[in-house]
Amino acid sequence: MFADYTSAELLSIFAMQGFAGLILFSVFVLMALGLAIIFGQMGVINMAHGEFMILGAYVTYLISNLFSTYLPSLFGIYFFVAMIISFFAAGALGALVEWSFIRFLYQRPLDTLLATWGLSLILQQIYRSVFGAREVGVTLPDWLMGSVPLTETIEVPINGLFVMGLTIAIAIAVYLLMYKSRWGCQVRAVVQNRPMAAAVGINTAKIDRITFALGCGIAGVAGSAFTMIGSTGPTAGQLYIVDTFLVVVFGGAASLLGTIASAFTISQAQSTMEFFLSGSMAKVLTLLTVVIILMIRPQGLFAMKVRK
Amino acid sequence: MTMQLKLKNLHMTGIRGISRRWLGKAALAICSGWIFSAAAADVNTTGLAVTDKEVTVGILHSVTGTMAISETGSVQAEKLAIKQINAMGGVLGRQIKFIQEDGASDWPTFAEKSKKLLVNDKVAAVFGCWTSASRKAVLPIFEQYNGMLYYPTFYEGLEQSPNVIYTGQEATQQILAGIDWVVKEKGAKTFYLLGSDYIWPRTSNKIARKHIEKLGLKVVGEEYYPLGHTQFNSVINKIKLTKPDVIYAIVVGGSNVAFYKQLKAAGISLPKEKPLLLTISVTEDEILGIGGENIEGAYAAMKYFQSLDNPNNKAFVEAFKAEYGDNIVIGDVTQAAYLGPWLWKAAVEKAGSFDIDKVRAASPGIELTTAPEGYVKVHENHHLWSKTRIGLALKNGQYKVVHETEELMEPDPFPKGYQ
Repeated sequence: MFADYTSAELLSIFAMQGFAGLILFSVFVLMALGLAIIFGQMGVINMAHGEFMILGAYVTYLISNLFSTYLPSLFGIYFFVAMIISFFAAGALGALVEWSFIRFLYQRPLDTLLATWGLSLILQQIYRSVFGAREVGVTLPDWLMGSVPLTETIEVPINGLFVMGLTIAIAIAVYLLMYKSRWGCQVRAVVQNRPMAAAVGINTAKIDRITFALGCGIAGVAGSAFTMIGSTGPTAGQLYIVDTFLVVVFGGAASLLGTIASAFTISQAQSTMEFFLSGSMAKVLTLLTVVIILMIRPQGLFAMKVRK
Repeated sequence: MTMQLKLKNLHMTGIRGISRRWLGKAALAICSGWIFSAAAADVNTTGLAVTDKEVTVGILHSVTGTMAISETGSVQAEKLAIKQINAMGGVLGRQIKFIQEDGASDWPTFAEKSKKLLVNDKVAAVFGCWTSASRKAVLPIFEQYNGMLYYPTFYEGLEQSPNVIYTGQEATQQILAGIDWVVKEKGAKTFYLLGSDYIWPRTSNKIARKHIEKLGLKVVGEEYYPLGHTQFNSVINKIKLTKPDVIYAIVVGGSNVAFYKQLKAAGISLPKEKPLLLTISVTEDEILGIGGENIEGAYAAMKYFQSLDNPNNKAFVEAFKAEYGDNIVIGDVTQAAYLGPWLWKAAVEKAGSFDIDKVRAASPGIELTTAPEGYVKVHENHHLWSKTRIGLALKNGQYKVVHETEELMEPDPFPKGYQ
């Protein structure tokens, strides 16, 4: 199948394809980080994760309209403002949801699945009532939509670079929070042994709420960033949820490092196969591989050793 | 027909406020109602929901769930048409009352609701369905209980039911003229076919491939992605590698937005037409989500664009905006949905009866000169004769019409040599 192309062409295509895989990797990590925190650290199966992402996308939409109406001169930087507000909006909604019903369901993980699935339907209908059933178009600043030509055939999309940068920044921030801060230490203590953590004076209810809010907030930022590559509609969150769970479960639920490793494996496998096979076939093979690996290793790629 | 047009215009000035003209219109309506009015028993021998004053029809679309994005426009168009018909005096002197049911983007729900409309409500006609899957789900019910469905979406063809009038294009009407145009006008030699992975894009691409190969040209790639897929970088790389003259794209739903944004981000500038992009799945409705700046320069083959320059369409767009706000856009399917109630009215009046069998017998040959797309006519095979047009996507989210077939395209749901 390569006979028709010159070696220079092939080289550039492999470079481009590798880069496409890296972008996909960043997208997966960004989607999955918030869920990995909530699912991994708290054991809550948050089916409404996609809807929290779309909340971020709608906030971005609103902010972009606000800027283009009132502050057109600053339109070029509205995206940063939008991402910060998305974080707090989704985080606040997350805290509210945790307070109003998730906290009563901590001992019943399957019930959280049903409750958050219901929540996702409610949120979808709210979006539909508020923003209309049609998709909305988020206008992006021009500098985000172009590409950087490296050579004649290799072109690197700027929004891809942007998502990569954002993913790295958020991953580092989460790492510092979880492993270097006092709060992170408390979170890990609660995960490992809740009664003991409470006994040494950690306010576990508060930790839970902040953890849940943080996970949702990251989902909000992800949603905001995805307005660059995807659609913004009431049900667009559903497009991401399957891939997100796939990444988190495959990586090993309780491990952030596992999430990143799994995102890397799945994205590289998928983009390589997409190139050689058709898109649908690549998806089938990816899912099959994941199923087989999970059959052999049910705890996922990385499992945390915890005394149960 | 000029009479009808005048009445329609009168009505349009009327809805913006009560005026003296409104009184005149009311008088006309009463007048025409009195002339045509016949006893309910005569025009309805099969127990449909028809009284001396009213006739009940059904509207069956998804207003919740994932398809609500697409079906909202159709619901709006059908309601507008019904409102306009009522203001003109209704059908056979009877005002149209509608019962709206929600298919909720779920095919079994469509089936259940259509049964409710036909069996419990005894509606005289149903305007509805959008996806082929929903149509296939309700088809046995319409055939069993002898209902009449007006189906608005362009679709893959390969179907012809006595109980359905297809007001959108079947596949060949959208595909053949579009490909002929890029070959003739743009000198296209190689094509890359791309689509979402389900029946409509697959069937359409099959027809496109046959036609391209018949012309002695080459398909350099054919690729399908699951519905809802959001990462198109790999296929964009393949397109860059194979360098086709034309990307023939039938991507639908949320995937559309991802595809066009990523295409632009990857440095493929559509206005340069290298490669040129021709789609049959992006109407003005979809551009709302994609953003005009991301799809500017692409071509679409449809039968209707909001920007069509004719008096019917001007009146239609004006009425639609008066009803639903200035920012609303009207896509191909919305217009096709708008034709449904008018075609039904014409068939009922030709038959002089609401009976389904008589309406069916009267339907072939029905002409509509007031259609926003221009003149249309119902074919023996229950599809519409209509023109194919090529539009160039502009930054403001509208299409500029750059080509229109001279003749009406004959609907051919079972194209020979293309299956």
